[in-house]
Amino acid sequence: MNQTMKKLVNEAVASQYFSFFVTVILFLALYIIGVMSYNGFMQPQVFLNLFIDNAALIIVTVGITFTLLIGGIDLSVGSVVALCCMILAYLLEHTAIPVVAAVVGVLLLGVVIGGIQGYLITAFDMQPFIITLAGMFFCRGLTAVISRETISITNPFYVSIASERIDVGVGFISIGAVVALFGLVIAAIVLKYTKFGRTVFAIGGNENSASLMGLPVFKTKICVYVISGFCAALGGVVYSWIMLSGYTLHGLGMEMDAIASSVIGGTLLTGGVGFIPGTLFGVLIQGVILTFITFQGTLSAWWTKIVIGALLCVFIIMQAIITERKKKMSSKSSMESGNTEHTASAKS
Amino acid sequence: MDQIKKLTSSSLFLPLVALAALLLFNIIFVDGFLSIQMTEDGRLYGRLIDILNRSSSLIILSLGMTFVIATSGIDISVGAIVAISSAVVCTLIGGAGDGVAKQPMVLAMLASIGAGLLCGAWNGLLVAKFKIQAVVATLILMTAGRGVAQLLTEGQIITVYYKPFSYIGGTIPGNILPTTIFIALAMVLLVLFLMKKTSIGLFVQSVGINPVASRFSGINVTKVIFLVYAFSGFCAAVSGLIESSLIRAADANNAGLNMEMDAILAVALGGTLLSGGKFYIGGSVIGAITIQTLTTTMYAVGVASDQLPVIKAIAVILICLIQSKRFQRVFSEWKSRRQDRRQDFPQGKAVNKA
Repeated sequence: MNQTMKKLVNEAVASQYFSFFVTVILFLALYIIGVMSYNGFMQPQVFLNLFIDNAALIIVTVGITFTLLIGGIDLSVGSVVALCCMILAYLLEHTAIPVVAAVVGVLLLGVVIGGIQGYLITAFDMQPFIITLAGMFFCRGLTAVISRETISITNPFYVSIASERIDVGVGFISIGAVVALFGLVIAAIVLKYTKFGRTVFAIGGNENSASLMGLPVFKTKICVYVISGFCAALGGVVYSWIMLSGYTLHGLGMEMDAIASSVIGGTLLTGGVGFIPGTLFGVLIQGVILTFITFQGTLSAWWTKIVIGALLCVFIIMQAIITERKKKMSSKSSMESGNTEHTASAKS
Repeated sequence: MDQIKKLTSSSLFLPLVALAALLLFNIIFVDGFLSIQMTEDGRLYGRLIDILNRSSSLIILSLGMTFVIATSGIDISVGAIVAISSAVVCTLIGGAGDGVAKQPMVLAMLASIGAGLLCGAWNGLLVAKFKIQAVVATLILMTAGRGVAQLLTEGQIITVYYKPFSYIGGTIPGNILPTTIFIALAMVLLVLFLMKKTSIGLFVQSVGINPVASRFSGINVTKVIFLVYAFSGFCAAVSGLIESSLIRAADANNAGLNMEMDAILAVALGGTLLSGGKFYIGGSVIGAITIQTLTTTMYAVGVASDQLPVIKAIAVILICLIQSKRFQRVFSEWKSRRQDRRQDFPQGKAVNKA
């Protein structure tokens, strides 16, 4: 009995989705605690607000998950968000460029930034965190070069997009939330069912093996950073719908939030393991914590940072332990199978 | 020719050339750059002194960072540790308007250094014991650390009116040079002493080149990595003391902001490879002074503090490119191809004539 229990636990821990289940349970637990302790937490709109407020973070997290999957990292996303907000605000307020053109231009800029970073990292074999750290400072600085003051967006068409409410029966969501969910679904499909997605996982598992298998490692790695840059830019557009302004400190520390969400959602930082629906719950957990703090009223905003740091830490240590355990189990099982083979050959 | 080659291949060549170029630029374009005056209360005053004064906290940070990078790690939490350490020292001394310290200053300083050590040890624990990638392990403290600092100061900027506190970043009465220069000098001497008289430097280098081989040759790799991060935390705490004393306040949001980038830049400029292994303390020190000179120059030219990262980011990428082995190969191939073409050219001419 005890043996089977142990086996079950081992299997659960070894399962790819263990982290995901822990995250979902944690999310539900947090939500139930919230419902029990505060009036008004029950309202469906509170739940929908999680999507409205975190739409940008969801998109950025999807992008960063791709880079984490190949064992890389992208620290520049937060400042790309700020840069995109600033450029949008500048273009809409100080030039006559139509809204659509401005948005498309900003998205292209994200692709270019991601492409340059990806090319530098892949072609010259440089550490991703150094290049993207430089990218982070570069974009933040560039934002300040455009304007050091806040630029508010007053373009009537843009404001009407931003304040559009889509009725979903029990409440409403914003266009940003729709874009975020759409992006989430596309990313999940791409990762799960396309050649590109499989190559991403293969590179994360072992880059050398992937290369020896004849997979297009170079191209895929650049593509991953391009996706991350594009997602950051799209996140920037969605973020500008929430803030309706451009400011140098927009999206400060967002890279950390995104990495934390991705890790809490079950992405392994060493690459190769990850699950897009998990990242959604990673973001939602952060959203719930923020809602808690709003409902509490007396707690300060910096508690979020500390709680998320602690949560990230717990999950990373959990991952380290799981990986260690898996390694032990696989070496044990390979030893066992080796032994049986050995005895079999001895018998014959 | 050989001598020139020897000179250019020296690890100090790049930072020294960069520093010289910056100084030259300053001498030409900034009025009175070299002048050093004596103030009425007997202190030396001038732009050069100012650069040395401001760069000392960066020098101390990059000492710790050099060791961390040498073990092929990275510590991006140093800026946050600077904030924590300045929050601790300022809260303990207290912001009483009458200039009376709540706790003795020595105690507050020790507590602040202790807090830095604790943060460094925490990083070390995550990296050495739990084998988490250094970037991610220190990223936790980079973000959460500012939250902790804000918690300590309760979200306020604590201004310290206690007079002796300003001596750390300023000048002790009777001295002619700022105290910071002496602190930085003491730290550099301490590190050089450890390197010359003990085998710590060798251990760190060996761990950076090949941790597995180091373990087999009897080096306690876990301990070395742990100590390196703890030392980085210690260095960050010391520069936190300096930073808070310079402005006589603890600002949890802005203390040590972007300093991790400067420290990494200083180490990379000093010739230490970001992939670990061989490291150069002297190079890092000169790198730190160069970075500070760059910052001061940019301020003098009229670049705002929040626009400065653009230039520094480009500098980081350029230095990384120069260090990158694959880039060196591509570059040398390109150069030899160009030389080939140049040799081809006269032949083509000859053929044309014929």
